[in-house]
Amino acid sequence: MSTILEYMGSDHRACDDLFALAEEAAGNKNWDSARDLFGKFQAAMAHHLAMEEEVLFPAFEERTGMSAGPTQVMRMEHEQMRALIADMAAAAQAGNVSAYLGASETLNMLMQQHNLKEENMLYPMADRALGADRAAVLHSMEAVSK
Amino acid sequence: MSTQPGLAFSQAPPFSLPLRFFLTAPMFLIAASILIAFYPEALASRWTPQALALTHALTLGFLAMVMLGAMLQMLPVVAGSPLPAPRFVARASHIALTLGTAALLAGFLLGTPKAFAAGVILLLAAFAVFIAAAAISLARAASNATVNGMRFAVASLVFTVALGIALALLRAGWENAPIIEGASAAHVGFGLLGWVLLLVAGVAWQVVPMFQITPPYPPRLSRWLAGAMFVLLALRAFAPLLPHRGVILLDAGLAAGVLLFAFHTLNLQSRRRRKLPDITLDYWRLGMASLIACVLAWLVAQLWPAWAKSNAYPMLLGVLFLVGFAVSVVAGMLYKIVPFLAWFHLQAQLQAKAGTIPNMKQMIDEKNLRLQFRLHLAALALLVAAVAWPDALHMPAGIVLALSALMLWGNLSSALRRYLQHGGRLA
Repeated sequence: MSTILEYMGSDHRACDDLFALAEEAAGNKNWDSARDLFGKFQAAMAHHLAMEEEVLFPAFEERTGMSAGPTQVMRMEHEQMRALIADMAAAAQAGNVSAYLGASETLNMLMQQHNLKEENMLYPMADRALGADRAAVLHSMEAVSK
Repeated sequence: MSTQPGLAFSQAPPFSLPLRFFLTAPMFLIAASILIAFYPEALASRWTPQALALTHALTLGFLAMVMLGAMLQMLPVVAGSPLPAPRFVARASHIALTLGTAALLAGFLLGTPKAFAAGVILLLAAFAVFIAAAAISLARAASNATVNGMRFAVASLVFTVALGIALALLRAGWENAPIIEGASAAHVGFGLLGWVLLLVAGVAWQVVPMFQITPPYPPRLSRWLAGAMFVLLALRAFAPLLPHRGVILLDAGLAAGVLLFAFHTLNLQSRRRRKLPDITLDYWRLGMASLIACVLAWLVAQLWPAWAKSNAYPMLLGVLFLVGFAVSVVAGMLYKIVPFLAWFHLQAQLQAKAGTIPNMKQMIDEKNLRLQFRLHLAALALLVAAVAWPDALHMPAGIVLALSALMLWGNLSSALRRYLQHGGRLA
């Protein structure tokens, strides 16, 4: 059985891959490919954030009684990410390289430091807190629609 | 505040706390370049008062200044464990480090015992406050490779400071050349290969994969390097009591550790997923190349004893390690951290909607980043040449380094200016 850390950590890597591919295409002004890859990245991110906000965070909050703690900070950073992804979407539509790369550089920093906090702290805490219910939570996360 | 490790990662310190360190540091880089421009003695031998002032302007005024600010910022993120009383620790250690470094430089240059003593006392206060806070934070932290690296880096800082104070006392009265030489070798070893290198490596385990999206460092390297280097440094501190061969063996071990770190970093960066031009990447590559050049210089010294005894050899090592490696890596980090924090705090304060605040790349003009990097590169080349010909080249080397440092300050300030123009608050 995989852990929350393994499952969600590898989903971070998958999002990173799409992010890097879309950014490279945008940097080369290869817009058809960039829009396609960005669309995939946007969908993968929406799915990842939904798995956390709809399943993992509520389960974590219920189990630990911490609703104003780490998950609140994570939700706030999710909103910041969504705003930057919206900037990238607008730049991709307009074919504006510098706007895209400015937003993507900012998103990368935000996303990576966010992932560090999740992988170093939140996911291991969730794995410990959920104990035997981990499999059920992983199952519900997999069921979140893509 | 929760005392359970890993629970307190929400508390990013206010922008003004790390920023004061980051904007003060370039001032000491400017001070260092003025010393180089005015005094050929600063590059002629490592023992001249001007060279000692120059070294400490770089290590205390620039490097330690940025590193304290960066640890304050990074501990909550990488360790889930903020410094206790961050406002007090930041304000007290920043002011004491700034004044203490200035006084120590004056003490070296003017030879006034009062300035020297004031410098030592203020620096002791700055580091005592910071080390105590960092020790509490690191003791509470959930362990990982970066936290492990930071623990050994801070332990090395403790030895560096203690040996520095011992050297100051020896200098004040007791003249005993062999003891001074042994203690300064340990002071330099713990300071540069312990505190500076282990902290950079500890931070690298996390940020190198994160900035350019590279594969992770091999876990065996990130887990063991800091501890192994620290043990070698601790044994090396007893060099005066060891046979000459033993010392060379320890040095070879340290050189191998440096090479492992540098080559792994370059290798990961060559396998990066983000392939677009990036100034931080350029700075890190220059830094790693300089580390490798340090080891080559050390190898040449082993084969050519006359050069090993020359004044130029330790000066070259110092220029390559401090300006080529440490200043480069730190400048590259500042160009990520400062624009990101300006954006992050602005966004959080204004709850800004998409597109209404400048993004990271709009915080500092890309052209100015490139120009500043080129100036730094030119300054490094001139400094390396000036080690061979200090009289002829100290002036141009100092001037170009001053321009580069001034521009670093200007670039970082432009992020602050945009932050304030868009309604960001510092209080």
